[in-house]
Amino acid sequence: MADTIVFVDHYEGSFNPNSLGVLARASQGGEVTAFVAGSGIDDGWAAGLGAYGASRVLVADDPALGSLPQPLVDALEPHARDATAVLFGAGVVSADVAAGLAARLGAGINCETTDFTIGDGGVTAVRPALGDTIMVESTFASSPALILSRANAFPADPVGSGTAQVERVQPTVQDWSTAASLVGQEQASRGGVDITEADVLVAFGRGIGGPENIPVIQELASALGGEIAATRAVVDAGWTDYSMQVGQTGKTVSPKLYVACGISGAIQHKVGMANSGVIVAINKDVNAPIFEFADLGVVGDALTVVPKLTEALKSR
Amino acid sequence: MNIAVCVKEVPSATSAKRIDPSTNRLDRSGDSELNPFDVHGLEEAIKLREAGHDVGEIVALCMGREQAQRPLQKALALGADRAVLVTDEALAGSDITGTAYALAQALEKQNTDLVILGQQAADADCYVMAAAVADHMRRPLVTQVAELSLEGSTLRAKRQTEHGYDVIEAPLPAVISVSDAINTPRLPSIKAIMGAKKKPTDVVSAADAGIDSSLVGAAGAKSVVASVSPPPAKDSGQRIEDSGGDSATAIVQFLSERGVI
Repeated sequence: MADTIVFVDHYEGSFNPNSLGVLARASQGGEVTAFVAGSGIDDGWAAGLGAYGASRVLVADDPALGSLPQPLVDALEPHARDATAVLFGAGVVSADVAAGLAARLGAGINCETTDFTIGDGGVTAVRPALGDTIMVESTFASSPALILSRANAFPADPVGSGTAQVERVQPTVQDWSTAASLVGQEQASRGGVDITEADVLVAFGRGIGGPENIPVIQELASALGGEIAATRAVVDAGWTDYSMQVGQTGKTVSPKLYVACGISGAIQHKVGMANSGVIVAINKDVNAPIFEFADLGVVGDALTVVPKLTEALKSR
Repeated sequence: MNIAVCVKEVPSATSAKRIDPSTNRLDRSGDSELNPFDVHGLEEAIKLREAGHDVGEIVALCMGREQAQRPLQKALALGADRAVLVTDEALAGSDITGTAYALAQALEKQNTDLVILGQQAADADCYVMAAAVADHMRRPLVTQVAELSLEGSTLRAKRQTEHGYDVIEAPLPAVISVSDAINTPRLPSIKAIMGAKKKPTDVVSAADAGIDSSLVGAAGAKSVVASVSPPPAKDSGQRIEDSGGDSATAIVQFLSERGVI
């Protein structure tokens, strides 16, 4: 049966909000099947996807299915093969699964999708491209059409109160797919400041030079009555804690004021903060993408501008 | 152990980017450069060699147009031992699916234990190529690696997820993509730039690389650009040039006008 399938990512009993957003959006166009894979999945929990628009949930439950992508491609592939479209919300695992499936099926894939239609006339997908300076609409020359959404492109709001019919399917996992193994996890720290609650955020990226300059940023945040935040690059580099991170794999924030210091404004960062009230960007690279969506762009060295700005704010 | 690093020629950061309306493809007539994300892949390969691992050969592999030889020279200057450029009119206009297939076929011709890609291309902003290549090659995969180490023929990689960090082990041969935070790439020395000219670049056709032409190029693309349009209109922001911190007063005034201080 030609069908629309949404791959629903989940972690510790919570569905990925990007998956839910895509599911809810897809259900506006017709019947949608959700696909959930993992180990020890509860039918009642999976049926809850009905509230986000799923009419049916396929559950692949096997000890080999965890948070590594390749076995998930094995599990999804037999069901995806005959689908009209297979949709994925943004996410680290979802992106790997979508890409693996594209290769496995020789299927076309649209990434960073912010809108799509699935109908009798085929599947279309729209994405912003070239630093969000253009919108590109694509069609697909074969099915299934694979769509991997941009982070936060679709709100994860319930669209009904129904529960979906759950159907268990048995995956077949290949040897090479399970060669990689998860040997450890470092959880994001759960204590401390919740940056999503702050009215003012002063965020920094590699443009501030090094972790020794974080106090300069902290002083500006204090002068503005806000908190500090960071990019993925500086978190990955170990300058600061993961809980400070804004962006695709970090937090989504919408403070009244967002001051970006030494941040280029890559898409992965932008999707986490673009809905902030007022965005001020300080960056010495005049070509930095962040200037395209900042309300005030200051072309200058953040390490020079920030202390002067702190001083000026304090002397008011 | 041999390492292949996939590299891409992209329009340089400073060149204006546009879609050619006659082809609906990216206009590549301006200045180009080595995809900055791929430089981290090259650096990581060199670091593995410097860490004392038995790295026989580092090959930079590129699928692109003839002109990609110039950014490939930079890959050689940065430390690749040789380069392979897969170039063919039949490959022009390939989508993600076709490109992944073509790269995998070309990589199968190289005797590599570890394939490294950058996390994304600066011109396409997707981050899916490594996972697609790994599936074609039926090799274990770790994407967005922020820390990499090797023990014997097993790699250990730390990568960020939405929930913190995963530590993943995988046996070689494997495919990984690296985060741009994994290292700080060095600048090539003048000596290395001169030396790069003596390093070999193999220019191969699609057929040489074992690529079925019907699966690649614009004709083989499964994702087809239908139209290009301007984004929704947005008020353009103000811009000020700072000199020695003299913008502070103007910033305070702006914040005050917007009612956020």
